[in-house]
Amino acid sequence: MIKKDDVLLVAKLARLQLTDIQIDKFSRQLNGVFDLFEKIDRVKLEGVAETSQVTGLGNVLRDDKVVPDKSQDILRNVPYRKENLIVVPKIIAEKQ
Amino acid sequence: MNLYELTISSASKLLNEKKISSVDLTKAIFERIDKVEPKIKAYLKVLKESALAEAKESDKRRKAGKTLSKIDGIPLSIKDLFCTRDVETTAASNILKDFIPPYDSTIVKRLKDAGMVMVGKTNLDAFAHGSSTENSDFGPTHNPWDLDRVPGGSSGGSAAAVAADECLGSIGTDTGGSIRQPASLCGVIGLKPTYGRVSRYGVIAMASSLDVVGPITKTTEDAALLMEIIAGRDPLDATTLDVPVPKYSDNLDRNLKGLKVGIPKEYFTSGMDKDVEEIVKGAIKKLESLGAKSVEISLPHTDYALATYYIIQPAEVSSNLSRYDGIKYGFSTLRKNKNQALEEVYFSSRGQGFGDEAKRRIMLGTYVLSAGYYDAYYRRALKLRTLVKQDFEKAFNSSASGVDVIITPVSPTPAFKIGEKTSDPVKMYLSDIYTVPINPAGVPAISTPAGFVNRDGKNLPVGIQIIGPILGEEIILQVSHQLEKAINIKQKPDI
Repeated sequence: MIKKDDVLLVAKLARLQLTDIQIDKFSRQLNGVFDLFEKIDRVKLEGVAETSQVTGLGNVLRDDKVVPDKSQDILRNVPYRKENLIVVPKIIAEKQ
Repeated sequence: MNLYELTISSASKLLNEKKISSVDLTKAIFERIDKVEPKIKAYLKVLKESALAEAKESDKRRKAGKTLSKIDGIPLSIKDLFCTRDVETTAASNILKDFIPPYDSTIVKRLKDAGMVMVGKTNLDAFAHGSSTENSDFGPTHNPWDLDRVPGGSSGGSAAAVAADECLGSIGTDTGGSIRQPASLCGVIGLKPTYGRVSRYGVIAMASSLDVVGPITKTTEDAALLMEIIAGRDPLDATTLDVPVPKYSDNLDRNLKGLKVGIPKEYFTSGMDKDVEEIVKGAIKKLESLGAKSVEISLPHTDYALATYYIIQPAEVSSNLSRYDGIKYGFSTLRKNKNQALEEVYFSSRGQGFGDEAKRRIMLGTYVLSAGYYDAYYRRALKLRTLVKQDFEKAFNSSASGVDVIITPVSPTPAFKIGEKTSDPVKMYLSDIYTVPINPAGVPAISTPAGFVNRDGKNLPVGIQIIGPILGEEIILQVSHQLEKAINIKQKPDI
């Protein structure tokens, strides 16, 4: 059962600002989704290996070669920049 | 015949015989777009000027005897999830509105190098989260067969554009059915290749261990042609397989005599529309009349596959979407107010930039990965994924009298009404019940039109799903091609 507090905690962890209406709506909707997950408890999974990818590929290496620099193109999309630097706001806010 | 009604292979032939030019063909497509696009809304962006310039270049090459490939001069559309250099790429999301990629995704580059004319970028559920395109932050696409209904999703814009003759073919992505389900609902071909067969470089990531890129086309032959161009190893995507790409289009005329077709009993249970079931069974009979033998098989973990998928997929989504932070690119509240603290920028940019479905999936994923729930949900899902994958391996195991292909429905119902499922995410998730088990297993599958059901006086297309073993694209394309010829659908939507 997902409670309102769970939604608030998860939204905080995921850095999502939610409105009160959204909090109520998501609490209800996420409960519906978690009902889908209940059945996974019925399967015996002791000794079953985990699968996180299906290709079976291991480390794939490439030559250490310099490729053309695209930094100017990339910087075009930055919301706040000074010359070739991305401006990141203060991590700790000043006391009001 | 109108030029916009041509398939890729028939247009390619006419171009080579110099009976038509790429400029003629491209102009015909834009005339068609002008006529039907206000009703369909398949495109987020139409690139008329650059497309006509590309067509002109293609004609010049052809005249000089320097044609690049079978698709040189062919007008195609691209799902707006693929980065296109200097062309806005949004993933149909507000948070990426105005985003201009500095590079082409590998698949767009390969198609450009082969001479494609890029008609435009097609609509999708934002970040490919959905089964109807209703989650697009820029409005839904309409099904060409009934404008009140959804085209499916997430590659709904691509499937609708192909069905409505607004391009000759399209490229989509499939994480849990996003190529196959819209193809089925719009009456076109949709191929989800083996995981790692086609490069994902430059595709805006949804769930990286499940995402695949594939063609949506009018015929199986066209899907085969596009696969020959897009498949293969890419140094920029380390998960691509270093396996030679067959000449898929040369080997389509296989005799199906003796072909072993598996029918998984778990897919034919309650919940499936009776008329859809009739069509799927009719298609199986057609294959039998072509010499195939059908046998009932079991994929015992089918019932758990949906839950497995809806744990693993949001977990990967929550991780992939964490990059949208309002600092590096995309929507940011910093653009308006430069005096915010870092956390404020994160919370407000993500809160305002993401739509509801992206938020739901981010929260689901964050929850199943969080301390205390990781073992109960995520780890269990990874183990269940092993069992789902083994179900398919056993079914296809040739040394234990396994089958050659597996046939199932694509979607439990034909296209549903716009608005019918938007308030209930679980209902929407359940519309993917027959397509999601395929992605955790990594196997290839194709959706092939098999018939129509009548709803409210309108004919709605229904496809069947042909599933093959890992790297079995060749055989599912062959079966799809034979079935397509045998069923021989001539009907077109009346838009």
